[in-house]
Formats: sequence, structure tokens, C-alpha cells
Amino acid sequence: MSESGGALRALPAVTVLLFLLPVAAGVAGTLLPAFGYLPAIGGHALSLEPWRRLIAYPGFATSLGTTLFTGVAATLVAVVLAAGFCAVAHGRLARTAGAWMAPVLATPHAAIALGVAFLVAPSGWIARALSPWLTGWTLPPDFATVGHRSGLALVLALVLKEVPYLVLMIAGALHQVPAAAQLNVARSLGYGRTEAWLKVVLPQVYPQIRLPVYAVLAFSLSVVDVALILGPGNPPTLAVLAMRWFADADIRFYFPAAAAACLMLLIVITAIATWRGVEAGVARLGRRWIARGTRRGVASLAAAAATALAVAGGAASVLAIAGMLLWSFATQWRFPAALPDGWTFATWARQSGSLAATTATTLMLALAATVIALALAAGCLENEARTRRRAGTRSLWLLYLPLLVPQIAFLFGAQVLLIRTAQDGTFAATLWAHLVFVVPYVFLSLADPWRAVDPRYARTAASLGASPWRVFLRVKLPLLRGPLLVAAAVGFAVSVGQYLATLFAGNGRVATLTTDAVALAAGADRRVIGVYAVLQALLPLAVYLAAVLLPRRRLAQRTSAVGRA
Amino acid sequence: MSVPRRAAALAWLALVAVLGAGAAHAQEGNWNSIAAKARGQTVNFNAWAGDEKTNAFIAWVGSEVAQRYGVTVNHVKLKDTAEAVTRVVAEKAAGRDRGGTVDLVWINGANFVTLKEQGLLFGPFAARLPNYRYVDTTSVRSNVVDFTLPVDGMEAPWRRAQIVFVYDAKRVTAPPRSVPALLAWAQRHPGRTTHPAVRNFLGATFLKQALYELAPDPAMLQRPATDANFAAVTAPLWTWYDALRPSLWRRGEQFPENGPAQRQLMNDGEIDLMVSFNPAEAAVAQAAGQLPDTARTTVFDRGTIGNTSFVAIPYNAANKEGAMVVADFLLEPATQAHAQDLRQMGNFTVLDLARLSPSDRKRFDDLPRHPALPTNAELGVALLEPHPSWMTRIAAEWERRYTR
Repeated sequence: MSESGGALRALPAVTVLLFLLPVAAGVAGTLLPAFGYLPAIGGHALSLEPWRRLIAYPGFATSLGTTLFTGVAATLVAVVLAAGFCAVAHGRLARTAGAWMAPVLATPHAAIALGVAFLVAPSGWIARALSPWLTGWTLPPDFATVGHRSGLALVLALVLKEVPYLVLMIAGALHQVPAAAQLNVARSLGYGRTEAWLKVVLPQVYPQIRLPVYAVLAFSLSVVDVALILGPGNPPTLAVLAMRWFADADIRFYFPAAAAACLMLLIVITAIATWRGVEAGVARLGRRWIARGTRRGVASLAAAAATALAVAGGAASVLAIAGMLLWSFATQWRFPAALPDGWTFATWARQSGSLAATTATTLMLALAATVIALALAAGCLENEARTRRRAGTRSLWLLYLPLLVPQIAFLFGAQVLLIRTAQDGTFAATLWAHLVFVVPYVFLSLADPWRAVDPRYARTAASLGASPWRVFLRVKLPLLRGPLLVAAAVGFAVSVGQYLATLFAGNGRVATLTTDAVALAAGADRRVIGVYAVLQALLPLAVYLAAVLLPRRRLAQRTSAVGRA
Repeated sequence: MSVPRRAAALAWLALVAVLGAGAAHAQEGNWNSIAAKARGQTVNFNAWAGDEKTNAFIAWVGSEVAQRYGVTVNHVKLKDTAEAVTRVVAEKAAGRDRGGTVDLVWINGANFVTLKEQGLLFGPFAARLPNYRYVDTTSVRSNVVDFTLPVDGMEAPWRRAQIVFVYDAKRVTAPPRSVPALLAWAQRHPGRTTHPAVRNFLGATFLKQALYELAPDPAMLQRPATDANFAAVTAPLWTWYDALRPSLWRRGEQFPENGPAQRQLMNDGEIDLMVSFNPAEAAVAQAAGQLPDTARTTVFDRGTIGNTSFVAIPYNAANKEGAMVVADFLLEPATQAHAQDLRQMGNFTVLDLARLSPSDRKRFDDLPRHPALPTNAELGVALLEPHPSWMTRIAAEWERRYTR
């Protein structure tokens, strides 16, 4: 075996170490101050005082309740809508879903949240469009939507963002299941299309999307940027509370902040475990339901309703970003006008200076993270193909770990680590923090297509005398061009959307479109917010569209070349 | 130790030597050597970035000092000034006593107290800035006393703030001119006024402003709040606030995060009256299309709280000389006039116009006027900020009472 083969074999271990070790160290670095230990700021002994302070916070119970409600509700609704949508639309799913959902998939959470904030506010776009002719409002009504105590606006934005992601995951999982054949059998037994999918395909698909669902659950429970923009403020969700305390002028708040971050970890673990338990219960009920053998029941209606809601959600996402686009070109836009008074390029022009630098940083980070993540993922997968040792479920869990651990629970500890090694605020540190999240997503989107490549191609090439590297470069990569491009687009979008990771590892000195947009969201001119939200959405979308459209053209060229030969 | 780090350490030693030498007559020479060292440095200016006008001003400062002094300014945009304090504290915690990442920080009040009392600031340096001689150190007390804490040259002033109330004259004909009148107005117009979250300095200042008028003896506020006096002094405040809260926007259950968020509410027509810390806010925001043209400014008859914004240099800053050059540039009469221009930020100057040359004074005389901009006479008395302990305790007590 050549030396490079040896390096390749070490790659999976290196990849895991590179990303999991700092995550583990980060969690430890948060855990210790949560129990009062951080000598640098006067915490010399282990104690429960941080936890006592956390629990003594006047809004603690409400905050905990809001956190649980928003996280679980968002996940539950997203899963139900995604499953319902797939049950109705499964026939057309594989062909068109990616292209339709690209805009929402590629748009960072923060941009959607900013758009939703304007869409649903009492003085927002929906209210403006209906006022005063329908509502009679000449002034915005005094009730809460954004920032409501229930956190419903936060749930809404999370659902908008997660439904397309789960639909995509289900579409991917469908390849693992002989869905078409089984559906035909079910149909021949008299089941309706939707009913058949829900009863035959969904039970097989769900285990495949279990990890993505848990990732959505963990994310929804611990999200900071969306909660800052749309969630309640007094008290906020736990993750925002932890964030607020981490940033407090009074350093003694570090301790309860760390405790809150650890509690987040505990909540996520408990929530996932509970979810797993409920899954079993639902499965039992489901089996009874399936055994009853109803051919056409309420499930079809429910799925139709879910589909309608999912489609409405997609429209809302598009409107949310469209609202931001209009604002970025508005001269002035006051309640209850349905559209801006006039149009101008002034906001874009005025922002162009600071935008150029921020966009450049965002692009460089995203490109570097994408290229590195692609190389690591492709390397690991190629190693897997050559050693014929498929990564088991356990290593998949390892890969998912950064997506399951609440970001706030390890990024603070990681920040202290970075400061100690004088790496904080550097491009490299921020790049690493991005990679922690980009690598899993790139790997996940590349793994299935990679494993699906018929090994006979490689064997044929090898039998013709091609070296493993030549096979890799000349056979595999061209075969996988489409999936590689999509994985690149996913990685790019994930990097652009990073908020907490950029904030902590960049130590405030690395500004991306997302960190600036969230900073501005606290109250800057909505026209400026519009500019940032639009750019935030536009960059990943452009890359996504390029990734989807490029291989089609190449493919067309190649097919025509083959035709000529 | 890496080469750049060693160079920074040597520069630091040299600086200590220079400052140690600090005889008054050598000041000019000192400044020249500081300016020489500053050339080529990149100053990480940590400043709250929630206001676009201020961001644009900082960008302008960056381009000017780059051109004139060869100093690059990197605006580290903060959501909250405490982030920078946290960073310095974290660096101290990690043992990074040199080569720190915060070179200059826009600061005042509690954050200044935290850094000053923990010895995390470099200085005194303010008096070494050549333009400091123009600063009004006599009639504007807030330039030398930051929230009752003597500044002692550990921070340099750069702009002034005073509480005003902005109202929409289209719907408000007689704006309240006192704290009790504000309550009466809110009760007549439920849901049409609010204040920023009390965690935010403007939100807390709103309560302090009320306390000034309601407290039995406002002089108490210049001394620290204690367990013994807090309840008695603030009792009338809570009575007043309990009456006010149900009449606030969203029945006082939800608050805008900060001043600009509150301004957006007014621009969206959700409120008609709001507190502001910038007397020029209404005028500036109108010019920028961020408030209706009918917005006007008023103050309270018995005076409103005024304070000064400063810049400070952390003890471990990597680019202290560059930071001082920026701090000095901020005090230049031309810079101050630019900052006071309505088309820029509209912030009132920290300088004493009487100390300026006629040509510099003319820069201020020539500034554009606006119907929403109060004159100095209309602004009335600027009350001194209470001791920071009042703000901390009021915020904590507010949280205890109203966070459920």
C-alpha cells in the first residue's frame, strides 16, 4: 500500500479528532464554570452556586417552559408537515423538490427570521396589505406577534426553515427503500396513494431520518439568532439567557451563564431521549392503525392539510425574503401602505463600503470551509470504498455530534480554549468553528451518492491498469460531479448561516453577513436590515442554483457528445 | 515568543518609558513619538453597532485617520458594549496581558466602572491628547465625572447625550413635560408609548429619569445605593411605574431591545412618544427617513439626565498609540463639528466652543438647523447621572418585579 494510501486511511480518525476533540474540550470548558470553577475570574472551588443563581432568576420557570415549548413544537410541526407533504407529493418529489426548496434551504435562519419579523408584526406586511380596507386599522393594533410570550413567532420561523430540510432528508432516504414497488403492491390492495405511503413507506423511512430529526430538535431547542430576533425577551429562551449572561458586563454572570448552557445540554439530551421513547409509543399505535387496514381515512385528509400548510410555509418564506428585498430598495414605507412610497438604490450604495468587506469575509470563510470539508468528506468516503469498511451507525452518531450538542454548550468553552492558545479572532479559528458544522452536512449529503457508485466502474478502470488515484480522479469524481456540487452548495450555505460559531471563535472581530445582520436586527433601519438579509439569502442561493444547473448543462453536453460518437 | 509579539512587548516597554518620563514640557515631543509609533497600526475599535449613523461616522473616522495618520481602524461591531468588557476580562483570565485584541472601546457608566475598578484600563491618557485642551471640563460635568466615578483621564470624551422625549406632533399636541404628566398622558393614550428593555442603558435611564423627579431627595442618587436606602428612595418610582406599565405598548409585557428598535416602532406607527438619549435624534432620523416628518422633541421642566460617551484603552491593548491617535482625532474641532452635523450623527459636542479658534467656532455656527432640533436653551438643565449602583439595582429590582 502506498504512503498516500496510509494517509488516506488515517483521514477518518483525523477528521473525527479534529472536530470532536475541541467540541469535547469546549463542553468541559463550559461544565467547569457551571460548577463554579474558573480560577481566572475567581472561581476556585466547585460549588452549586451557579445553578442556584440560574434557578433564582425571576423568569427561570417561564424561560424553561418557552424553551421546551418552542423547541419541541417547532420540531413536531416540522416533522408532521414534512411527512404529510411527502405522503402527498412523493411521486414528483425526487425530480423537482430540490429545485423548489432550494431558496428556503439555502437561506440562513437569521435572514428568514428577519423576514418573518416584518411579515407577521402588527405593523408588518400582512397587516399593511389588509389595512385599513379590511381590518379598519389606521394605526397598528396593539397586540404581540413577534416576541410574544408563547414564542409562536419563533416556532413559525423554525418550521419554515426545517420543513424543506426534512423533506429533502426524506427524499434522500426514499432511495434506501424499495418504495415504488411496495407502493404498487399497496395500491393494488386498494390503498389510496397517500394512505399507502403513510402506512408502508413512512415506517421504513423514519429510522433513516431519525438523526436529522434529532438535529432539528437540538437546534430548535438551543437556537440563539432566531430567538433573538423573534423570541420573547422578558424572559427570553434559555439559550438567549445564557448568551445574555455570557456577554454581561458583570463577569460574575459567567457562572450562571455556564450553568444555563449546561442545562441546555441536559435539556437536549432529555428531549432526544424522550422523543425516542415517544417514537416507540407512536410506532405501537401506528402498527395498530396500519393493522386496521383502512383504505382511505382521515390520514389522507390530514396529509392534504399538512401539504397545504407546508406549501403555504414555502410561500411565507419567499414573501419574508421578498419583503426584505422591497425594504432594501424603499425610500420610505409606513403603515398602512402595502408597498413602499418610492424606490431607491441609496441604501445599497450607502452600505456598499462596509458590505464589500463583510461579504468578502463571508465568501472566503464559506469557500475555504466548503473546499476543506469536501476534501475531508471525499477522502473519508474514498477510504471507506477502498477498505470496503462501511462506517457504522456509531461513527454516524459521532459525525452528528456537533449537530446534536447545543452550540452554546461548547462554543463558550471553546472560546476560552482559543484565547488560551491565542487563536481567537483569527480567520483560522473561525474557519475551524465553521468546519465543525460544515463537515457533517457535507459528509451527509455526499455519503449516499458516493456509496451508490457501482464499484464495477472502479474495478474496470483498475483492470485496465489505472492507479487508485487515477480511478479516483478520472472515474469517481466525474461520476459524482452532481452530488459534489450539491454538497458544496450545502456546505457553503451552512457556513454563511453560522452565527454563534462566528461570534465566539471570531471573538467579535470576524464579521460576516450573518453576525452583522443579527447585530443590526436589534434595531437598525429596516432598509439596512433588508440589504443584509437579501445578501445573506442571495449568496447561498446563487451557489445552490449554480450547483443544480451546472451539472445539467454539462450532462447535456456530454450526452450530445456521446450521441455524435 | 514570536517576533511580532516581542516587537509589541518592546514597544510597550518603550511606551512605559516615554510615559514615565512624562514632564509637561515634553508633551509635544511625546505626542510626536506616539503618533510615529501609531503609524501602521490597526486599531480594533470596539463600538456598539446598533446605529447606522454612528457606524457610518466610525467608518468616516477610519478613512480620515488612515489618510492623515496612517492608522487603520477596524470597527469591531458590538451588539452590547459588555461584549468588549467580557473579552478583556477573558483575556485577563487567559493571561494575555499583552497583545490584547481590544484597542479602543466606546464606553461609559457601568462598563467603565468594571474595567477601571479591576485595573483593566490603560492610562491616564486623556490629558496627553493634544485636542483634550478644548474639552469643556467645567460646565459639562459629565465630561469628567462618569456616573459619579471620576474619569481621572482613564477615558477620553467624544460625544454628549441628554435625555429628551420624541413625539409625533401629528397625534400628540401637548407632550408631557414632567414624570407625573407622562403617566397621565400614557393613561389617556394606552399602548402609545414604551421604553427600551431595562437591561439596555436607555431603558434603565428612563427609570432613573423618573426616579430623579419622584425621589424624596435626588441628592441621594449621587451616593451609592445601599440595602438600607434603596427601598425607601425607589418606593415612589415603583408606585408610579406600577400605574404606568399597563398603559405602555403591549401592556408593558414586551419592550423594544434598545433605542433604535424603539425608533423603528415609532416609524412603524406603533408608538407616538419615546425616550431618547440624543437631542438631535428626531432631526437626524427624519433626514434619514427613519421617523415621520412630524416628529418633534421635548424635555422635562425640571431637567433631564445628561452624560458623555467616552473611549477607553484596555490595559493589554496591542495598539495603544494608534488608539490614542484615534481618541485624539475624535476630539478635533473639525471632527466634533462633523459629528454634530445633522446629516451625520447630530451629537452635541463635548468641546467648550469658547476655547476654540474663531474659524473652528464657525464650523459649529454654520451647521444646518432643523425644527425638530432643540436649542441649548430649550434643552435646559442636564442632570448628573446617578451612581451606577442605582442603575444596577433598579435593573435587578425591575427584573425581580416584572419578569414572570
